[in-house]
Amino acid sequence: MATIHLQQVEKKFGDFFAVKPMDLTIADGEFVSLLGPSGCGKTTTLRMISGLETVSGGTISLDDRNVTWRHPSDRNIAFVFQFYALYPHMNARQNIAFPLQAEGMDKADIEKRVEEVVKLLRIESLLTTRPNKLSGGDKQRIALARALVRRPAAFLMDEPLGALDAEFRETMRAEIKSLHLSIHATTVYVTHDQVEAMAMSDRIVVMSAAEVQQVGTPAEVYYDPANLFVARFIGSPGMNLIAGQYAGGKIQLPGGEGYLTPEGARTPLGAALNGEGAVFLGFRPEAAEINPNGAFTGNVYATDMHGAYTMLHINLNENEIVHIRGDRAVAFPIGTQVRFDLKADMVRFFHPKTEKAIWQEARP
Amino acid sequence: MAQFEEVGPSKPVVESIRVDKVSPRARVFRNLRALTVLVVALIGLIPIFVMVVTAFKTRSDVVASPPKVLFTPTLEGFVYLLTERALLPQARLEEAQANAENLGLFERIALESGQEITATSDYVNRLKNSLIVAGVSTFASVVLGLFAAYAFSRFDMAGKDDLLFFILSTRMLPAVVVTIPLFLMYRQLGLHDTYLGMILLYTVFNLSFSVWLLKGFIDEIPREYEEAALVDGYTRLQAFFKIVLPQAVTGIAATTVFCLIFAWNEYAFALMLTSDQARTAPPSIATMLGRGGIEWSAIAAGSLGFLIPVVIITFALRNYLLRGVTFGAIRQ
Repeated sequence: MATIHLQQVEKKFGDFFAVKPMDLTIADGEFVSLLGPSGCGKTTTLRMISGLETVSGGTISLDDRNVTWRHPSDRNIAFVFQFYALYPHMNARQNIAFPLQAEGMDKADIEKRVEEVVKLLRIESLLTTRPNKLSGGDKQRIALARALVRRPAAFLMDEPLGALDAEFRETMRAEIKSLHLSIHATTVYVTHDQVEAMAMSDRIVVMSAAEVQQVGTPAEVYYDPANLFVARFIGSPGMNLIAGQYAGGKIQLPGGEGYLTPEGARTPLGAALNGEGAVFLGFRPEAAEINPNGAFTGNVYATDMHGAYTMLHINLNENEIVHIRGDRAVAFPIGTQVRFDLKADMVRFFHPKTEKAIWQEARP
Repeated sequence: MAQFEEVGPSKPVVESIRVDKVSPRARVFRNLRALTVLVVALIGLIPIFVMVVTAFKTRSDVVASPPKVLFTPTLEGFVYLLTERALLPQARLEEAQANAENLGLFERIALESGQEITATSDYVNRLKNSLIVAGVSTFASVVLGLFAAYAFSRFDMAGKDDLLFFILSTRMLPAVVVTIPLFLMYRQLGLHDTYLGMILLYTVFNLSFSVWLLKGFIDEIPREYEEAALVDGYTRLQAFFKIVLPQAVTGIAATTVFCLIFAWNEYAFALMLTSDQARTAPPSIATMLGRGGIEWSAIAAGSLGFLIPVVIITFALRNYLLRGVTFGAIRQ
């Protein structure tokens, strides 16, 4: 297994940046997801690591070996495609054996290696079938086997579950995860599904508009988004963001009473805003606590039953909708007034100009 | 319809009753369609039928009016087609007739009209020329076209669209317009009446067609297959032969048939640019019309022989051809 190191890697088409210069180090055995909306450059990044796409600048190293201009076949990586890319004119076994034939391995050894992965993935019954007779999940299992059989330095996966239906995606997600845990292969995983990224990754690289927005563990990107984009993009719904005016430890919200900021946040807020100014107040739905004496007041605009809890859409002043979690056992008829408070350690602040997070000094 | 209400969605169905959904009217319509196809096919086959029948008729039967449907088949047409003959003088004719037992089939037939076979005709040679010219040029245009189409489909290159249009534009001039300049050029280059000249010409003409047709087929093959092969440790050329080629078989077969039919049937260039050595079958069959009286049965026999190779190849590749002309056949 290997570490992957990207240094100022970029991709340009004319003057247009598909990927702006990015640095990233993926540790040996780490599972890293590239997460972002479509067109953000995540797949391009993955393809550059694989060598299927040339870079416009920067260097890519695999285990301190500079592979920037190496042919894909020469990088010792495996790629798993969204639409499986199983060779349609070969059966499953031939598909799995195909990469080994490239190495000129003799038949008995190929047989042994194929047997190994087949056992690992429990796909014995599929081996003589042609890909067009297989279900989506089975196709992806074969594709995984084809990737595994070479014992590559790293696995690159481009939305491998994107073409599966929802029910199957969960199963396969668990399978990939447990596979990763058992072989501890360095894996770069591209997805636009944040649930997938959250559930599987050691670290997530959030990308948008050809740029890396944040690199962090799933908890970090969820609880401590680095900027407004990450705050909005991660979580469903995303973080609630309310524009207000900060002055003297208080944030004045439009039409409502002021919100007294947690003490630890005041120094950085003062420093970032030069004493006072416009600021975004951000909080996750679960950061709100319904409390008859709460600082925030609004009317119930809509409610969604989520099973374990009810998601309340609260209309704050001036048609600002925020989402908070309510007790599933309590009824919130539409139009009722709700007051709530925020858990001090779960409140975040963002600078409206730079859009960057203003970190609290004492973070949980 | 009542059956459907009885079964309902929640009750188990022992036997599917959906067959009933094909209404009698739809069944009649389906048969009607088959009948229409049959009629159209029969109308299309009439000229072929007339040709085949004519090839086996005697001289007098060919020109009989009304046309004879029932007749005694003869190989006269084939004898006229394949041999050169001379009239026997009276003395030798009797000698030959006395000796008829020892003569071959063709000689006996010739003798019936008082002729003896002096040499084989050049028809077989012409047919051989056609086979060589059409075969080699088809092979060349499909192979070159395949590589060109792959490049056009997969790689970015400067002026790609212009190049594609330029390639297509070679098809836009009618043969009559280009034969004179080609004739002069070929005279200068010593390509007149040579295999190489005809093969080059047909290859160039077919290439535009094969590039365009094959590009369509290769565009349909997802790139991911080759990319998978690349990361699996193969070079691009290996990936091309191991992955792209097996999936492009349909397209290659369809293109082969189309190119072959063009090269096989081509008349105008062959008439102008060949005279003897490399003369192909189409102009030589046509020139039979001029020699002495019109030997309809010989012409029909010649056309029949000319038709057979294409029919065999088209028939052998018919499955690919059917899938080929309906495009989009390769989807995962």
